[in-house]
Amino acid sequence: MYPDNLRYTKEHEWVKVEGATGTIGITDHAQKELGDIVYVDLPKVGAVVETGKSLGSVESVKAVSEIYAPVSGEVLEINAMLSASPEKLNEDPHGEAWLVKVKLSSPDEINQLMSAADYRKHLGEA
Amino acid sequence: MINKTRQHINQNEGLIFEVSSPGKKGYQLPDLDVPEIDPAAALGVAAVRSEIEDFPEVSEVETIRHFTRLSTQNYGIDLGLFPLGSCTMKYNPRINETVARTPGLAWAHPYQPESLSQGCLEVVAVLERMLLEITGMDAVTLQPAAGAHGEWTGIMLVRALHESRGNGRKKILVPDSAHGTNPATAAMCGYTVENLPSNEYGMLDLSALERQANEDVAAMMVTNPNTVGVFEADIQKAAAILHAKGALVYMDGANMNAMVGITRPGDFGIDVMHLNLHKTFSTPHGGGGPGAGPVAVKKQLEPFLPVPRLRRVGELWTLDQHRPASIGKVRAFIGNFGVLVRALSYILAHGGPGLRNATLDAILNANYIRKALEPYFELPFKSPSMHECVFGDDRQAAKGVKTGDIAKRLIDYGFHPYTTSFPMIVHGALMIEPTETEPKQELDLFIDAMISIAKEVEEDPKFVLAAPHNTRTSRVDETTAARKPILRWRPGQ
Amino acid sequence: MRYLPKSDAERRQMLDEIGARSLDDLFAHLPEPVRLNRALDIAPGRSEYEIVDYFNKLGAQCGNYPSFLGAGVYRHYRPVLCDVVVSRGEFLTSYTPYQAEIAQGSLTTIFEFQTMVCQLTGMDVANASMYDGSTAVPEAALMAMRVTGRERIVVARAVHPEYRAVLDTNARNREMSVVEFAYDASTGLSDLAALEAAMDNQTAAVIMQSPNFFGGVESVKAAAEIAHKHGALLVLVFTEAVSLGLLKPPCEADIVCGELQSFAISPSYGGPFAGVIATKEKFLRQMPGRLAGQTKDSNGNRAFCLTLSTREQHIRREKATSNICTNQALIALMATVFMTVYGKKGLRELATQNLSKAHYLGGQLARKFSAPYFNELVATPRRAAGLVNDELLGQGIVGGLDLGRFYPELSGSLLLCATEMSQRADMDKVAEAINRA
Repeated sequence: MYPDNLRYTKEHEWVKVEGATGTIGITDHAQKELGDIVYVDLPKVGAVVETGKSLGSVESVKAVSEIYAPVSGEVLEINAMLSASPEKLNEDPHGEAWLVKVKLSSPDEINQLMSAADYRKHLGEA
Repeated sequence: MINKTRQHINQNEGLIFEVSSPGKKGYQLPDLDVPEIDPAAALGVAAVRSEIEDFPEVSEVETIRHFTRLSTQNYGIDLGLFPLGSCTMKYNPRINETVARTPGLAWAHPYQPESLSQGCLEVVAVLERMLLEITGMDAVTLQPAAGAHGEWTGIMLVRALHESRGNGRKKILVPDSAHGTNPATAAMCGYTVENLPSNEYGMLDLSALERQANEDVAAMMVTNPNTVGVFEADIQKAAAILHAKGALVYMDGANMNAMVGITRPGDFGIDVMHLNLHKTFSTPHGGGGPGAGPVAVKKQLEPFLPVPRLRRVGELWTLDQHRPASIGKVRAFIGNFGVLVRALSYILAHGGPGLRNATLDAILNANYIRKALEPYFELPFKSPSMHECVFGDDRQAAKGVKTGDIAKRLIDYGFHPYTTSFPMIVHGALMIEPTETEPKQELDLFIDAMISIAKEVEEDPKFVLAAPHNTRTSRVDETTAARKPILRWRPGQ
Repeated sequence: MRYLPKSDAERRQMLDEIGARSLDDLFAHLPEPVRLNRALDIAPGRSEYEIVDYFNKLGAQCGNYPSFLGAGVYRHYRPVLCDVVVSRGEFLTSYTPYQAEIAQGSLTTIFEFQTMVCQLTGMDVANASMYDGSTAVPEAALMAMRVTGRERIVVARAVHPEYRAVLDTNARNREMSVVEFAYDASTGLSDLAALEAAMDNQTAAVIMQSPNFFGGVESVKAAAEIAHKHGALLVLVFTEAVSLGLLKPPCEADIVCGELQSFAISPSYGGPFAGVIATKEKFLRQMPGRLAGQTKDSNGNRAFCLTLSTREQHIRREKATSNICTNQALIALMATVFMTVYGKKGLRELATQNLSKAHYLGGQLARKFSAPYFNELVATPRRAAGLVNDELLGQGIVGGLDLGRFYPELSGSLLLCATEMSQRADMDKVAEAINRA
């Protein structure tokens, strides 16, 4: 369920590092907690996000949940598909429904994040 | 066994645009007694529209059938118990509708000479006096249009007082049991919101308050009785803690109906509060509004009240527009006057003794329901209930049925649901407020329905989960509505 | 008491069930110092007859004369059906339609209301109502601030003075600055050169009213061009909704907000009325207020429900677009019935009658301003304005509004309004009083 090539936060975000680029998303656990996702609010390309600070929000019919940046950096790309099809976030949160790609400003931050095994433990599944 | 309802014929009805057809009409204007002016000549061709595209064209008969058929798809207090906690859905006496339409009052223009407006101003004056007697406060403005608008007005008064003392406090304390309007209001007035946890009785936690109250706190916003329907027994102590730090106490008056005639906010340390005339004083909710949210204050806040203020000069009432310390205008004119007329009519009908009796019956009804349902639903806080009781869905949730599902099943039994999932300090809350205007027979039917549903949850939870079963409209897909918003009709849609 | 539906025997029975001795027992837990140990100083309850009589006497003091006051509150005929519909208990005594399965009546009518407001204003989406026009203006300004990320508002002096006062109250209590720009002293229209001069690259919105406070029809397109050139939004305000039956919809504006009192809502000494905000689709997420949307029920039938609620206070709390909760739903329903009764042809005909009556009156007077006008105009009597109004009142007619109350430079000038209810004979009396030396 939780791919080993991703790193995770306690707030249920994930990040995948490829070179200097980090791809950020929310976890399967997060999408299940929210229920049917109806809207995703993402930053603009070029915005600078900071670890632990809100980078946007995800909405279900009756709840709003902040997305906290797992890493710092400048937004390179946002997942445009989500504005028309927010339901993808329920269907494929670790893959197709990534949220933003950032240019990592401090790549070392990744070491502070949980591995898949740790995250599973955090969820009490291990 | 469902005792209150059976199936009945209920007609389908489309949108008014779908019965529209060119040339049909439901109006006739009198002949003009002056020459007709050509709009293009008077206003210029560029300023005039050719038509109102897609606007309806229907006959009078179709109009009344349309709205009457739609009305039969609604539930209202006139049909039965409407136990929405915190919303105070009590009977709306029809005489209030009649008197609000008194021609001299209904056609009064806010800019007509004051000599012609004495009847209107008398309504304001008398209602002000009665609300002050009921709340124990020193001054009141009737201008705010609703509870949230009253909160906004009240918090601006708080800010004005602090600023007049030369300090710019930053924070508003809001208990975690508060209505959403409280933090939203504080933010609208430029304050940061600090959460105040409740204690294990669902009440203000004085030790937390001691820790959080400091010179940076402008005010605490508190609801009393609070949103679990419990009177804040330590309200005077809480007020003293805040006052010692120079902070004020704002009371959300949503639950004032539990106190009229038995206790007064002005006597237990409240500095500023709003009332919801559409709750406590029975003006109709009308599917969402209008309301009125008068704000009552203690003397020290009076100079800051919004303009205009009513004043007696000799034999006449006059509106004083010039008050240098005032926060200014909170809305045009003097408020939702028509709502004030209705509230005054309600108070006149009850009189002082009647108002107190209404409070007692409201408390009686809530406690009767609480007692009867306690064996079947989790009661998270055992403190005595005032006008409403709050259960949790823990026992039913164990079977996979949540408060929202029980609420939907209640519809099949012929009732409007209670308030679901609020306050947030109760897990899966069922917040039940019967109000004083329910006969015992209606309460018994409700209690039977709730017990019956509790049994259904035990025996056949799936059946409850699929409710409502008997409504003309089955469960509505709110997810698709939010994902692909369709917010207006268009031709061919 | 006639609203308390229980016998004493029933109360006794209920107390026994609860295990309480008396009603007073139920609140015995209230600390002694907070209890009110006396009766309220309010007289005992009165009968229906006495109450009706009481309000009739108060109403009789208010004259209910023919009136030429407008200025944001208009005297239009109210079709009978409007009261018939809002008096249906299912509408009158229902709550905000959160439970869609038993609130399709309210939800469908809200959806129709939203649609009609869009059709009138040329906007894509409209909310289910605000308190009134004056409170819709600051909400529109705040919305423009969220859209643009800027905090400066430029507002025309020809916008209703009380609306501007409410905007100022908002500005004093948060990060918002408001500057005003002048009207042209000869046309009575907003001075677009003054607008251009007031603009900068930190301006979130330009707020203009049409027809403006003096009755003049503004150029929405020209104002929109100036606003957009500086990256600001144009907020177009209306107070006289009947004008929309005739005037080109303000499509160039980004937000249209205003007051629907003209649509069958009694003047009622200033309220309750119904405000509204409408906007372009792209600004939807920043719009305050409730919205009904179309969807399906589980049987596949068309149904309506409240939607996009995550913008609202009960979910987003301190981060909500507004703190508004209770709105003006029943009043909006009244306006919906009004729009249905008149419909496409009728609203235009009604607006044309207003135009014709006002021009009949205006034609007899030396108008202060030269701009094209709808149903309000400004005239300066040859005598003191107060004297003219007093004289008219003596004839059982309420005259115009002395503009000196809001515009010192226009002291002695009267703002007059004529509607389909204004009679030719009364207009002749008004013209005669104003023209007499």
